[in-house]
Amino acid sequence: MISDMKLTPSRVAVNLVVLVLVTLWTLPTLGILVSSFRDKNLISSSGWWTALSTSDRSATIRLKGGKDAVQEGDKFVIKGNLFEGADASGTVSSFGLGTRDPKANAVGATATLEDGKTLLINADGTYVFTSPTAFEERGQRVSVITAVPPSFTTDNYNTVLNSEGIGRSFLNSLTVAIPSTIIPILIAAFAAYALAWMELPVRGLLVAVIVALLVVPLQLSLIPLLSIYNNAGDLLGMSPKGYLGVWLAHTGFGLPFAIYLFRSYIAGLPKDLIESARVDGANDFRIFTRIVLPLSFPVLASFAIFQFLWTWNDLLVAMVFLGSDNEQLVLTGRLNGLLGSRGGNWEILTTSAFITIIVPLVVFFSLQRYFVRGLLAGSVKGG
Amino acid sequence: MADIKMTNLNKSYGSVHILKNINLDIKSGEFIVFVGPSGCGKSTLLRSICGLESISSGQLEIDHAVVNEVPPSKRNIAMVFQSYALYPHMSVFENVGFALENQGVPKDEIKKRVERVADMLQLTPYLGRLPKALSGGQRQRVAIGRAIVRGAKVFLFDEPLSNLDAALRVQTRMEIAKLKQSMPNTTMIYVTHDQVEAMTLADRIVVLQAGVVEQVGSPMELYERPANIFVAGFIGSPKMNFIKGKAAADLKAATIGVRPEHFETSKTKGPVQGRVDYTEVLGSDSFIYVATEGDGLITARETGKTSFSDGDTIYLTPQAAHTHRFDENGKRIN
Repeated sequence: MISDMKLTPSRVAVNLVVLVLVTLWTLPTLGILVSSFRDKNLISSSGWWTALSTSDRSATIRLKGGKDAVQEGDKFVIKGNLFEGADASGTVSSFGLGTRDPKANAVGATATLEDGKTLLINADGTYVFTSPTAFEERGQRVSVITAVPPSFTTDNYNTVLNSEGIGRSFLNSLTVAIPSTIIPILIAAFAAYALAWMELPVRGLLVAVIVALLVVPLQLSLIPLLSIYNNAGDLLGMSPKGYLGVWLAHTGFGLPFAIYLFRSYIAGLPKDLIESARVDGANDFRIFTRIVLPLSFPVLASFAIFQFLWTWNDLLVAMVFLGSDNEQLVLTGRLNGLLGSRGGNWEILTTSAFITIIVPLVVFFSLQRYFVRGLLAGSVKGG
Repeated sequence: MADIKMTNLNKSYGSVHILKNINLDIKSGEFIVFVGPSGCGKSTLLRSICGLESISSGQLEIDHAVVNEVPPSKRNIAMVFQSYALYPHMSVFENVGFALENQGVPKDEIKKRVERVADMLQLTPYLGRLPKALSGGQRQRVAIGRAIVRGAKVFLFDEPLSNLDAALRVQTRMEIAKLKQSMPNTTMIYVTHDQVEAMTLADRIVVLQAGVVEQVGSPMELYERPANIFVAGFIGSPKMNFIKGKAAADLKAATIGVRPEHFETSKTKGPVQGRVDYTEVLGSDSFIYVATEGDGLITARETGKTSFSDGDTIYLTPQAAHTHRFDENGKRIN
């Protein structure tokens, strides 16, 4: 094993390529995640990679006017806090009068202004403004530079989930994807066992037909299917567009691949195991449920990932077989709509996008270990 | 209780004839070993008895009932596979109890019976483990336990020791022999290509070649009175020597067979002359490999050390009482 760990040029190259690819794939995802938690003003003013650092923002704030002034000896004094009622926060680092030069005066030191006025602004925003004469009614405008600490908010999620309809679409997408994953797995596993281990008269022909179906493009069947759905809908007095129709469509499109995949895996299970179970008195149904199904879990899981991701991300089938009202619009459809209507609102788009990819990520990470797990270790000789 | 009778049993795959007119009568409680070179059909015959292979023609009876069409589970048999075929996702307990579960035996009864078998095979500490956490010998015992727990009348073993290392093989062989002793009414059929296993375990050995039964008999019968040249050459180690020519003609046979231990060696005279090719001295006895003209390499055994060395001329005299005579077709002449 030690010799396997040596740093050869090809190993280094492979690792570098992997690193680049991983970065290429994960960086945009990270960007979406970070952006979705940032304030919408911050999103438009700075990039997501600066989210963790303190950022300088300039703001123009009007101080309190003459009616808040207090006479102290021969001076008029206004005391207050810059951030009272203003759309700004953070730590003040410098300020200037008017809107011209926010870097003119440092904080914490009294600045002497024209006409004998003095202005002291502290870092926390409190200020003392003095004048030998009475203040005008309107407050003095100052521009300040404030350092804003990194801040994150879940407001975007609130907005998107509640008022943009993403929450409803999330449920709609789950309603489409979960049955569309489970139904074909159930059917295909039974079919695959029969095609692998039961003696059927036209088994070879059936397998050939299924392989042939693998190459039929989905788009080819959309119009015929829709017309069948319409006829069936008329016949049954139902709307041709609905969840049942989408489940059936996804099941149909997924079955050839599922049967093909499961059959090759199940046919590769050790023959002795099946025969042993048969001698032990198990019928085909019990062999399937107690022996074949548990041992096929890795392949069922990997197909579940494929099928779930495909049905979750699907737009075409959902557009054709589902309605577009709030009760049936899936996430991809909703995102498509948001792109048009809220194209400039990055906080909405990034948040919606992240909500959309959460589920595939969870599915992948919870099932991916079955890709690598060798369930068969220990069943037959030696190993 | 569980006699097995085969009458004109044939098995072919398409045009390939695997088993040819097998007639065999196995008594209840016998330990029968099928032995033969690979491809001789011994495993196919075992699988036919089991019901995993159908029979092309002929008749197979278990317990006086024709079972040609009866599925394996209804034949009251148990089989130990070469690969053990343990269910990898089930614990030892579940593996052993699976057959009972299929029969619909109640849970507490399953528990009782599995625990009794586990106790018998020293598997009790491992009942909760998965097969992958067991050693080869333990897996073997689980496979045997699966057979025992059902109380089957017939046990079938398909080369059960071939996956074990040499030391474990000897030990497991003894365990199987003891198992048989403890179950005198159970018929056991055991397939192997290892003649040592056959000689040590069997009540009767069935020697198969190319789908034909060559001879059926006890190990000593096969050793002392092989029915033909094939059996004579197959049983016994080292192999029997076959000598043609004048030495055979003198005894009115086409070929004579002499086991290595049944030669008198001499430096001066004898019917078979040769040159010592090389010798192996094992302490208790020595093997002398003799190159001859016409009969190839002949092996002779001497007890103790040998006085011959490589290149010496040697004369061999077969012991008359232990010389086997065969005719032109390889059949034994009595």
